[in-house]
Amino acid sequence: MAEIIQEEKGKGGKKRAKKHPPHIDMTPMVDLMCLLIVFFMLTTAFNKAKIMEIILPEKIKDPTKQEAPRISASRTLNILLGPDGKIYTYPGSVKPEEYSAVPPILPPLNETDYSPEGIRKLMLDKNKTLARRIAEFRQEVVSGKIQISPDSVRSTISKMKSDDDTGPIVLIKAYKKANYGNFVDILDEMNICGIASYMFTKITWYEEKMVETAAGITPTLSSSNNP
Amino acid sequence: MPKIKLPTQSPHIDMTPMVDLFSVVLIFLMLTTTMRQPEPANVDTPFSISETPTPDFNMMTFLLAPDGKVFMNFDNGPDTILAFRPKILQEMGKRYEIEFTEAELRFFQKYKSSIGVPILQMKEFLGTDDNNVRNSLNIGIPIDSADNQLAMWILYARQVNPSIQACIKGDSETEFATVERVLDILQEKNVNRFNLITSLEAAKINLEEIQQ
Repeated sequence: MAEIIQEEKGKGGKKRAKKHPPHIDMTPMVDLMCLLIVFFMLTTAFNKAKIMEIILPEKIKDPTKQEAPRISASRTLNILLGPDGKIYTYPGSVKPEEYSAVPPILPPLNETDYSPEGIRKLMLDKNKTLARRIAEFRQEVVSGKIQISPDSVRSTISKMKSDDDTGPIVLIKAYKKANYGNFVDILDEMNICGIASYMFTKITWYEEKMVETAAGITPTLSSSNNP
Repeated sequence: MPKIKLPTQSPHIDMTPMVDLFSVVLIFLMLTTTMRQPEPANVDTPFSISETPTPDFNMMTFLLAPDGKVFMNFDNGPDTILAFRPKILQEMGKRYEIEFTEAELRFFQKYKSSIGVPILQMKEFLGTDDNNVRNSLNIGIPIDSADNQLAMWILYARQVNPSIQACIKGDSETEFATVERVLDILQEKNVNRFNLITSLEAAKINLEEIQQ
């Protein structure tokens, strides 16, 4: 049992009646403190959640004013987020007329996944020059060759990205059966691979059809974009 | 040789240092703790490499549960005197012709969890003391185009607090259709900048791999 040991002082003085050191049973107190510690440890949010910022292109309210952005088809890569953790990619662009043509003129659809060997390898392959420059720059900062503040690291990297004109232009489109985790994963992958220009846009009806054909899903009737 | 009898005594353990240590840990935890708010839905956020911490103030958070329910939360602003929460509720009340009492507004100001209560049930939600009743009313904010209360919440949240930022906290398993709907509603209200709440994960790419 716990006790408080008191040292006896003043041995040479008057003889007093021998005092017993007061025994305090500390067990309940220790029990209570254990409980409180466990409670606080479980309820404390030690690491704060992080945020990832995305900016979506502004919606154009008047569809007649909409003009298709002019981007070179050879650099364009479309990423379609499919169901069950599948990703379909195809280069260039498809026009609705091409899809409706008999037989449909379709670009090759390449299936991949979210693993480092899948989409990351593909993206790094396409974005070699820029990814290498960013990685080398980071390396130099970490090893101490260049000493600058974290803010200027960020601005240097974004400068590198805006100067780049060899990397792919990635269009990300999500099929409705994809989930939110896929969406965050693909944006994260863009950050990891240092893709300079990527955009998140709405999936078109023919791309939905392409995903459905590739994934073997019977098309649903709810597709409102269908003309 | 005769056996030596040792007097059986209960061993004395001095617990004082242990108690001291416990007190220190306890006080440390009590002072540093920020209580984790119980949320109406369990949400496992996806991972990313982003290292930006979540801001403390001026946030409206959309909680997207895996079953497609949408909850919303916003803070009182950097100073409690500002009391954005009751003001937003009051505006909502005006829109739907519901008069909220002082007590109800005060309760709403202190209620820290996300809410997913249709506005017509809000009075009942704020009036009750029963947690079960409260949970049964927390069914998600209506987002369909006929009764788009989420858009109204966004509208008034931005009106009351112009510097509010949109944050999306979704479960990895939430279907994209729900996310897209919420993004659509936000864009209709001219919010084009979003923060996705994620957990930190490390990812490395080595130089050799790129040089191949």
